[in-house]
Amino acid sequence: MNELTSNPPGRPRRTLDIVQASLKRRYARERRFRFLGATAVILGLTFVVLLFADIILKGYTAFQQTYIRLPIELAAESIDPDGTRDPETLAQADYMKLIREALQARFPDVTDRNERRLLSSMISVGAADLLRQQVMDDPDLIGTTQEFWILAAADIDMLIKGHIDRKAAEADRRVKDQMIGWIERLEAEGRIAKRFNTIFFTHGNSREPELSGIAGALMGSFYTLLLTLVLSFPIGVGAALYLEEFAPKNRWTDLIEVNINNLAAVPSIVFGLLGLAVFITFFGVPRSTPLVAALVLTLMTLPTIIIASRAALKSVPPSIREAALGVGASPLQTQFHHVLPLAMPGMLTGTIIGMAQALGETAPLLMIGMIAFIVDIPKGFTDVATVLPVQIYLWADSPERGFVERTSAAIMVLLAFLFAMNLAAVLLRRRFERRW
Amino acid sequence: MNTLVETMNKTTTGAISAAELAKDRPSAATIGDVTVANPRMTCRNVDVWYGSKQAIKNVSLDLGKNEVLSMIGPSGCGKSTFLRCLNRMNDTIPGCRVTGSIKLDGQDIYDKGLDPVPLRAQVGMVFQKPNPFPKSIYENVAYGPRIHGLTNNKAELDELVETSLRKAGLWDEVKDRLDQPGTGLSGGQQQRLCIARTIAVSPEVILMDEPCSALDPIATAIIEELIDELRANYTIAIVTHSMQQAARVSQRTAYFHLGDLIEVGETNQIFTNPQHKLTEDYITGRFG
Repeated sequence: MNELTSNPPGRPRRTLDIVQASLKRRYARERRFRFLGATAVILGLTFVVLLFADIILKGYTAFQQTYIRLPIELAAESIDPDGTRDPETLAQADYMKLIREALQARFPDVTDRNERRLLSSMISVGAADLLRQQVMDDPDLIGTTQEFWILAAADIDMLIKGHIDRKAAEADRRVKDQMIGWIERLEAEGRIAKRFNTIFFTHGNSREPELSGIAGALMGSFYTLLLTLVLSFPIGVGAALYLEEFAPKNRWTDLIEVNINNLAAVPSIVFGLLGLAVFITFFGVPRSTPLVAALVLTLMTLPTIIIASRAALKSVPPSIREAALGVGASPLQTQFHHVLPLAMPGMLTGTIIGMAQALGETAPLLMIGMIAFIVDIPKGFTDVATVLPVQIYLWADSPERGFVERTSAAIMVLLAFLFAMNLAAVLLRRRFERRW
Repeated sequence: MNTLVETMNKTTTGAISAAELAKDRPSAATIGDVTVANPRMTCRNVDVWYGSKQAIKNVSLDLGKNEVLSMIGPSGCGKSTFLRCLNRMNDTIPGCRVTGSIKLDGQDIYDKGLDPVPLRAQVGMVFQKPNPFPKSIYENVAYGPRIHGLTNNKAELDELVETSLRKAGLWDEVKDRLDQPGTGLSGGQQQRLCIARTIAVSPEVILMDEPCSALDPIATAIIEELIDELRANYTIAIVTHSMQQAARVSQRTAYFHLGDLIEVGETNQIFTNPQHKLTEDYITGRFG
């Protein structure tokens, strides 16, 4: 009515005029919305790129490690005086002495006791173990003089990688002027090189940055996740299947559903406390093991898997159920032959989300002892272990410069682990879908 | 008077009070003869409730051997509900309650001890929308015989699949691509595949719930022809919205209205000389 009365006299407004008048505003609104959306995406991507760039820039140097090439005389009389090649005898020889002597031979001018000690500190304390391993792997080396790449100490590594400023005042850096002089001489002789850091992938944790590796945490994460998957996937899918397809719809099942949804939102540390109280204290599951970690993470991921699986089951068209029931399939056959295969891709997606969550979880694992300093690489589900995120947390807390790059490197390994898992999930999904 | 007697019968079988029944009871009973000389299924005083809403009111109807019974009526009249009672598909709907007696060859299918799984192998169903399994054409047909263990070896199963597809008139079209997904066929072919899947388990009765409503006229004609051929071996009940279809394929026709079975009789008679006003109005297109 108002529209009509407010018209200029003599010219009735048609629908087209009204539409066109508002069209400009509508398109402007659309453009604004698109702009906002694009901005949000760009902002998000920028942060992702920044995050990755930061991690990679900080961490890529950890994949290389500084070694010093020294000619070492593996005299038979000092390593294997009896000539038996008995591994026990070989293991007991003083390899550190050999390395030290080889280094001192490069610097005959260093004679002072303190200076000699300073010289030796350029070599990693683990260098002797590495040399021992090389000799024991190939006992024929005994009695010869060979050039060996000897692992340098972390401070020297940092200096070579440029994390320690050579021009800074001597008091401000951990490497003495004298050592820099020696390093420069070795560099001039081509005896210093950065080589691929295999230690990082084959060793467990260590107090020394140059000797610490990710292998322990990686295996810990692997065992934990494997067991979590084995426990949570069948339980989760089974629970979803029962609740969605078989359980009577009444107040009890409503209550269960509400509780599952609530559990999905419970802070993860609460699951850690529960694990501590129930699994460790009450059931006596050994603490700090992949077994107890998997039990706790199973509890944590179950709600996610159940919710995703129920959604996947709901999305299967009812006509498939009717078709199966119509030819006389029992309810269980209907579910397992027809509904479950169709719901499987969705269930797998939910499971992978749950697993990714479990892979990155730290808080509940701190509660069940996974924070312990563990050097050995776990060999089973009941060995003490730590996991990748906890390892990252531990390293991020360490003051040594060498652990900073290892923290970032460990994050990269964690992300790679995650990508590998997602890739496996995608391939698995494709396989399941191709069956039809 | 007739209604009252039925109501009394009802009270003895069901748990519903006579007063409750009388409230919803229509004034008139079914016109025409609900029985046949040679019944495969007999339904007596069937009531169906969805929660507190009554969808079928005191329907009695026989399905004769080797006959096609069509059920017509406006939307929401309960014909599909009634059809789904005949193989207990309504069991899957929460809150659905069926009273009265439905017998297949003298055996009450709502008997407490009766397992609906073998029943559904005896009373097959074809649905409104073609719903082949997302598996190969072969697997679609072979699924029923396989779960019931109807064949002893692969050769027998192959033969059964071929016979079923031949009976459904689909063999020549799909024999070279049995391993391709059933969902890749056209709508009419899919529906015939569903029919082949149903007859592969050798049912005695085939229920069809608007089998042609999603199909074009050519596919419809093929299916109708097929229904006529299947009549030789099976008892068929078909729900349809098309009166021409009912007239073409069926020998008897039942007209449902708001949960009541208004009129039943020979198809010719129903379409040429309907007794009840509602039937006449529906058939002549005055509503529906």
